[in-house]
Amino acid sequence: MDAIISQYIDAYYFRILILIGINIILALGLNLTTGVTGQLSMGHAGFMSLGAYTSAILTVHFALPFFLALLGGACLAALFGFLLGLPTLRLEGDYLAMVTIGFAEIVRVFFLNFEPGGKAVGFSGIPQETTFTLVWVLVIIVVYLNYKLLNSRTGRALYAIRENEIAAEASGVNTTQLKVLAFTAGAFLGGLGGGLFAHYMYFIEPGNFGFMKSIELLNMVVLGGMGSIPGTILGTVILTIAPEMLRIVQDYRLLFYGALLVILMIFRPNGLLGDVRIYDIKKRFSRKEVKSCQS
Amino acid sequence: MSVLTLECISQEFGGLRALDSVYLSIEEKEIFGIIGPNGAGKTTLFNIITGIYVPTEGNLIFNGQRLNDLPAYEIARLGIARTFQNIRLFNKLSVLDNVRVGSYGVSHSGFMAGMLGLPSSRREERKTLANALQLLELVDLADKRYEYADNLAYGEQRRLEIARALALDPKLLLLDEPAAGMNSTEKEELMLLIRKIREQRQLSIILVEHDMNVVMNICERIAVLDYGRKIAQGTPEEIKNDDAVIQSYLGAGA
Amino acid sequence: MFFEQLINGLTLGSTYALIALGYTMVYGIVQLINFAHGEIYMFGAFAGLFLVAAFGVNIFWALLGAMAFCMLLGVLVERIAYRPLRGKSTRLSALISAIGVSIFLSTLMALLRGTNTTRYPQVMNEKTFHLGSVEVSSLQIIILLVSAFLMVGLQLMIQKTRIGKAMRACSQDIDASSLMGINVNRVISYTFAIGSALAAAGGVMVGIYYNAVWPYMGTMAGLKAFAAAVLGGIGSVPGAMVGGLTLGVLEIMGVAYLSSSYKDAIAFAILILVLIVRPQGLMGKKISKKV
Repeated sequence: MDAIISQYIDAYYFRILILIGINIILALGLNLTTGVTGQLSMGHAGFMSLGAYTSAILTVHFALPFFLALLGGACLAALFGFLLGLPTLRLEGDYLAMVTIGFAEIVRVFFLNFEPGGKAVGFSGIPQETTFTLVWVLVIIVVYLNYKLLNSRTGRALYAIRENEIAAEASGVNTTQLKVLAFTAGAFLGGLGGGLFAHYMYFIEPGNFGFMKSIELLNMVVLGGMGSIPGTILGTVILTIAPEMLRIVQDYRLLFYGALLVILMIFRPNGLLGDVRIYDIKKRFSRKEVKSCQS
Repeated sequence: MSVLTLECISQEFGGLRALDSVYLSIEEKEIFGIIGPNGAGKTTLFNIITGIYVPTEGNLIFNGQRLNDLPAYEIARLGIARTFQNIRLFNKLSVLDNVRVGSYGVSHSGFMAGMLGLPSSRREERKTLANALQLLELVDLADKRYEYADNLAYGEQRRLEIARALALDPKLLLLDEPAAGMNSTEKEELMLLIRKIREQRQLSIILVEHDMNVVMNICERIAVLDYGRKIAQGTPEEIKNDDAVIQSYLGAGA
Repeated sequence: MFFEQLINGLTLGSTYALIALGYTMVYGIVQLINFAHGEIYMFGAFAGLFLVAAFGVNIFWALLGAMAFCMLLGVLVERIAYRPLRGKSTRLSALISAIGVSIFLSTLMALLRGTNTTRYPQVMNEKTFHLGSVEVSSLQIIILLVSAFLMVGLQLMIQKTRIGKAMRACSQDIDASSLMGINVNRVISYTFAIGSALAAAGGVMVGIYYNAVWPYMGTMAGLKAFAAAVLGGIGSVPGAMVGGLTLGVLEIMGVAYLSSSYKDAIAFAILILVLIVRPQGLMGKKISKKV
């Protein structure tokens, strides 16, 4: 399948499209925790890292089939999400943000010292099992499941937690349970993305998953519009392509990026698509209101 | 038949005794008012009933069950709903969704069922939607169902909070200063709404309010709090003429 | 050996404390985790370097110069990147803006000076003292003294001056403060200025102590100082001091007695542990929400 597609698309764009796909999966995971439920997570790269290394070790050292390895990586990431989230999310405030920063750093330092992962030199020789098809099929599945979830009873409750946690509790929502759920699910997707990443780049090292990576992923969620699936996708596309586009001004790239973030937050703090959600658009279009003239 | 009983409820915050040995018994289907000066402990009382605070002393009994240590969401699921003194809506959700979230405590589809679109979940969604629309009709907000909650006018926001609280199908409804900031027409409509709610849904209502006109008109019994203690209880007539109450709160011209 | 490590830890810790103070003061008033603070620290180190290397200035004046420079920088950052967002947007957007500033500043310095490490020129004759069997360097003593001096000065300012009182008022209730006639904007700018000055001092001293400065030194130091602020109780000034010193000591001890390769993880492991066991930190207060 890949072979067919790659005949039509230039290799360079082919690669970008795969990266966009992987980033969408990662970003949608973070979106679930931060965009929808409002729990700021600044260590998403930590889950990506866990998924990447775990799946790579499973394929390389244990000769596990790729799909199982991917799943294993994602599940391990989810487990850590669960263990981290449970004690932290019962508290209100920015605590999760602080904890996740610490968590991602610990993961990074761990893999810097982890012999089977190649330590600082990195892990090479990972079989390149990730295909264009696989990535985009998974993207479609993940987007679909997200869409269903966010338009269900649970999804509404998650948004409610973001908007007003106390009122959500008063409506019968076990906020701690749902926050942990969102965080764990987000971690799962982070691990999944990590596994896909590792098996596409066929080489990973701890520096791939540092604080800056967490920030990049956060920006994808925020840029597009928090809690919005199309917004997250848009933000991801823009921020995956932009560094490539800005290659011309390579050295100054980050300078522009930093300034861009500030400017964006000042002028459009709610992201490009605000809080637009898919069913909102549907409903607004189906209810055309005829505005009467002011008389 | 007492729906809610507060037996000797006391609440201490550090050195401050916000509530002192308060005894209240709310009957089925009655509209019960709680009045008193600011700081008397009225909202603290609400927060205890709804599980946001755990009382330092005393027993909180609802339909025979002791609520003291239950978390807020558990108490909501048992059938106690409330509105808030400072409006707490889900601002960036639509009016309709605000009410739909309100019914979370009485619905059951899990996240898997929702994500996979199982028939049980879809059935429940239809029911939730129907209920929500019905409630919006009741508070006259049905035509604004897709508006963002924070776009509504103040009075409409208060009505939305009531609709959301009713989505829990509660047996006890707590209204925390529902008339605050309303003009006299809106207050008239509010009083009609409260009576209608009681008739239609056969529930008990506890009302904290500062507007004496509203309180005296719709409450069947009233308790008066001052400095954390109950200083009087009775019918509106009795309260109006109670010396202690007049002294501490109403003033001689009431 | 133990006491030497203790001194090492306290020296490192006091630099963490100086940076942590900036985080905690800003968070206490505007609830913003100022991610760009680490870059201010880095700019301070470079400013000191510049003054010494280019003008041959005495280290004492270089320190003051760096502090003054960073005060301006901090206030500028607040004006440009944070003030426009105050009140009208979520905490998250302010955070993202701070991250943007952080990226901008560190890249700027990397473009100006290259990413390599620069050495601090020799600014003082280092003498080693022997207290019993313990070796202490004059440099460490100076760092400890200067830090102590700055921290005591800060406490005095906060407790005894009008502006300090205004800062305390704002950290308790910013709306009430402004209704009471306090010029909240000015207090916030002032807070940023003071925090930046302290971070700059930390930067210069670290530059001299470790004899190295590089454009990305602010990132890790910033994160660790942030951990220190949380450890002490975010929003609490004495907490930041205690947290910084504690973290420095624990980190050095960890390296000395456990393993040096996990050095960086120590700070974050402590961070997570504290947040799970005692989220308000060592000296913070539990904030309860009005319902």
